[in-house]
Amino acid sequence: MQITFESVNHVYNARTPMERRALYDIEFDIPSGQFVAIIGHTGSGKSTLIQHMNGLLKPSSGVIRIGEKVIQSTEKNKSLKEIRQHVGLVFQFPEYQLFEETIEKDIMFGPLNYGVSIDEARKRAYDVIQMVGLDAEMLGKSPFNLSGGQMRRVAIAGILAMNPDILVLDEPTAGLDPQGQYEIMEMFNLLNRQYGKTIVLVTHDMDLVARYADEVLVMHQGVLALKGSPEDVFKQIDELKRCGINFPIPAQNYHTFANRLSLSIDKLPLTTEEFVDQVESVLCGRG
Amino acid sequence: MNSIVIGRYLPGHSLWHKLDARSKILSTSLFVFSCFMINSWIFMAILVLLEYLVILLTKIPIGYFVKSLKPIFFFILLTFFLQVLFNHQGEILFSLGPIQIYDEGLSLGFFMSVRLIIVVVISTLLTLTTRPSDLTLALESLFKPLGKIGFPVAEIALMISIALRFIPTLFEETQKILKAQASRGVDISEGKFKEKVVQLTSLLVPLFILSFKRADELANAMEVRGYVPGRLRTSINQLSWRISDTVLLLICIGLFIGAIIF
Repeated sequence: MQITFESVNHVYNARTPMERRALYDIEFDIPSGQFVAIIGHTGSGKSTLIQHMNGLLKPSSGVIRIGEKVIQSTEKNKSLKEIRQHVGLVFQFPEYQLFEETIEKDIMFGPLNYGVSIDEARKRAYDVIQMVGLDAEMLGKSPFNLSGGQMRRVAIAGILAMNPDILVLDEPTAGLDPQGQYEIMEMFNLLNRQYGKTIVLVTHDMDLVARYADEVLVMHQGVLALKGSPEDVFKQIDELKRCGINFPIPAQNYHTFANRLSLSIDKLPLTTEEFVDQVESVLCGRG
Repeated sequence: MNSIVIGRYLPGHSLWHKLDARSKILSTSLFVFSCFMINSWIFMAILVLLEYLVILLTKIPIGYFVKSLKPIFFFILLTFFLQVLFNHQGEILFSLGPIQIYDEGLSLGFFMSVRLIIVVVISTLLTLTTRPSDLTLALESLFKPLGKIGFPVAEIALMISIALRFIPTLFEETQKILKAQASRGVDISEGKFKEKVVQLTSLLVPLFILSFKRADELANAMEVRGYVPGRLRTSINQLSWRISDTVLLLICIGLFIGAIIF
């Protein structure tokens, strides 16, 4: 399912003394099946932006298209609920949305709200719990006895069970241990490559951006500052610095390395492999 | 979330903002008492005028006060109609079948509505223009004499300030959970009663868990910093009583005495 933003503006508390503009003429489109990263400094409008994708916020002006559906400022809540079935949004620290007695019931909650039969919902719970790397035997347990990382996985499973075409993830790896981060990101990657889900990932971790994203959107003070492939975006060093954005670790390392040897930098490596390749070619070139 | 005015503080630099919180609390209380004692329209007009002048002084848009009335709008209407429909004093203005409206009922209905409105507005004015920390500090200072008879003033003050402090936080969290559950297909405005109960639990359970967690964290943070209940402590904000405070208090005492006499 494709996402299109057409000159979307958002103003919080319009026509009150607390009025604050959060988005300015945002325009982009995300083709179906793409893995998109949204990066930007805290307060740059990332969260506001993604809440427009499933109609939690309506644009003050402009149009958002999700597949065939349209979200405008005048939209009725009824049609928004329908959109939310297709766009699964995983909030930051989603473990706080767990509330049922058992993990199974909690995972089934979303599907049941959309009129899926109980048997089907149960089957989905059985499938998705394994997808997020937990044991199906845990389904009967209470979600409140789990560790933080496990709760996170159950919460994500609750969204996956709704079988959305688009997954919007707000820092899904924040606060997880490195192994947990890796597993969860690999799972999203699999959902993207194998099941063709469109993925929108909000993150501060540039290494994740370099490793997984097809396309990067850079937000800065409510404006879409840059858009392009990770290679293209991370080339624009000055612009990124203006937006307060770091570089992936391999790029930072290469920067230090090149400075030490007084080399000119024409291309920053984004992943460890690229870093090794570039360093190798430099060393071999010197003989 | 921003439609809530109760307990909210709007920073400002007016004379009213700078008054001592103690004098604001005392004057507001006297004002409210006077308001409940009077029954002449002239006196009410004076109170309304005074209140309006203070609002002008603070430069807070009238819209805030209109919003603060929203939660009790129904209550005001109820008071009004009860008076108008069931107060059978004075002369009949008009009657329609079983409904008879008397002039005193009508006038009393209006009077009580105005009374409620100005009481709510003056209390809103107090919280809008006084920092919550100053409010508790003032309450603590005003209730200090009760400490002599074993009333736990400091503890109560702390409880009030914590409660006030966490109203916006709880509100933010409610919004967050509502949005998260809306993303899972919850729509509070539709569905049968049974579904609504489940949807409400999906909000309340996380909210309770978060609150307990917060309480736990707060208790730990206080303990780590060596908090001992009831121990005498200083405050980063000091209250200072100025001449303007005395003047305000005298005006309000005057009002109060006037209200008793007339």
